[in-house]
This record gives sequence, structure tokens and C-alpha cells, in this order.
Amino acid sequence: MADTESKALQAKVKTGVTTPAELTRPGLVFTPAVDIFENEKEITLLADMPGVKAEGLNIDIREDTLTLDGNVQSPEGSGEDDILREYGTGKYYRQFTLSQVIDQGKIGAELKDGVLRLKLPKVEAATPRKIAVKAN
Amino acid sequence: MLLRRMTGWPAWEWTSPLDELDRMRREMDRLTEGFTRGLFREPTAGVFPLMNVTESKDNYYVRAELPGIRADELDISVTGNTLSISGERKIPSEDEKAQYHRREREAGKFSRIISLPSQVDTKRVEAHCVDGILTVVLPKAEVAKPKQIAVKTS
Repeated sequence: MADTESKALQAKVKTGVTTPAELTRPGLVFTPAVDIFENEKEITLLADMPGVKAEGLNIDIREDTLTLDGNVQSPEGSGEDDILREYGTGKYYRQFTLSQVIDQGKIGAELKDGVLRLKLPKVEAATPRKIAVKAN
Repeated sequence: MLLRRMTGWPAWEWTSPLDELDRMRREMDRLTEGFTRGLFREPTAGVFPLMNVTESKDNYYVRAELPGIRADELDISVTGNTLSISGERKIPSEDEKAQYHRREREAGKFSRIISLPSQVDTKRVEAHCVDGILTVVLPKAEVAKPKQIAVKTS
């Protein structure tokens, strides 16, 4: 991690996606960049979704599929003309298949500065339990 | 290209048509990729952060997507008609025991200077960062504003 912090950031064009179902509203759809890591207790997902407000974000878990769906309102006001356009704005959409059984009642989501932090706690049965072996 | 790389010779004159071909090939790749994806790809300067610039009658608006970066971590300055933005995106390291499955978000330093089409009123420039989007509002200097000219009759 230490060596990645000092390097220069490279410009990346956002990756577009085609959603499985056709959208009713026209517009671009992008894949948010994510970090996913887990420890014994939970799986944490961090997703970059600039421009998404809490009310515009839908997180859905159905069986073992997690869906992130973030709507972005166009930041441009009326009466503005383009001079330079390097990135597109549109909604964010991404699906994941969860391999662990998630405790749906304890899911925590936090959206701050355009970054979503989603905590998916594992159900008790899925957390590894150490079994003490008694001698004798 | 290959020859030059293998031998490490300085650029000869004959490399320029090859470079031109290479450039064309890249252009074609970019085009076909755009088609296959069914999405329009914006031409970019290739410098982070990517920016969108718009103008209204009185202002220029410069926008950039900077998720996870707080306003006070940015260094923004304006002179004449150039805007410079620099900063560093830090991704705090998580719990030592965490096992990563995906790591797509990147951290690092960035710096970009952009020229605006005309002079701006540097004293009234404002910047705000909301939901990971930086917006810099640069009011146009009086001299650069369009003026309505009344046509006199007789």
C-alpha cells in the first residue's frame, strides 16, 4: 500500500456497461471502481460513485446477488455550453454474486464524498469457529 | 519502432512515417473500441483528473470527478486564464488481516493545469466539492464578456 500512495494517478476513462435489461430512460451507464475485502466477520465493499447522492442510490440484495444502482443528476445548470468534455455523466450500475451468506439485517451503508462503503456482515454460521481440542 | 527499441538508436528521420502509422493504428483502435462498446468515447488529454468545462454568459465552470477527496486536500490556484489543480488521493489502509478480492480504486498524486479561452476574474473564483465532484466557478473578466452592441439608425 505504501508504494502506491506516492505514484502519480493515471487518467482513466470511465468504463461503460450495458445493463442486462434495457433502460427505460436514455443515458450512459458506468461501472464504478470497487475495492472488496473481507475479514472473519464481514465483507466490505468500497465503490467510487462521484455525483451520487444518498437518495439516488439503491442497494439491493436478492438471494446471492448484490446490485448497486446509483443515479446521477447532471451537474450542469441550464444555459451552460460545453467547451471541453472529457468524461460522461450517467448512472452507475454493478452487480456482484456473493459467495458468503450475508446477515441481511445488519448491512451498513455509508456514502461520503462520492464513495460508498458497504458492510456486509457474515451470518454467525459462516464465521469460522475455532474448536478447542481437548487432550485426553 | 521495433528496431529503434532494440538498438536504442536515437530517432532517425525514417521513424517519423512509422510513428505516423502507429498513431493511425491507435486512432483506429480507439474508434473500433468505441463502436464495439456502443458508447461514445470522449477525447481526453490523458491527465488526471478528467475535466468537463462549460461556459455560461458570465462564468466558466470546470468540473472533475474526485471521489473520496475532501475539499481541503485540494490545491487550486488561478492566474490570468489558467487554472491549476493538484492534490493527492489517499486510500487509507484497512485492517491488516483483511483479504482483498478486488482492488480497482487507485491512490496517488495528481496535478493538472488547464487553459481557459479567456481571462477570468481571479478574485471571485469559487470552488466547491460535493459528493465527490469538484466544481470551480470562474467568473469571466469584464473585458472577456460579450457585449451587446446597439445598432443606431440614422
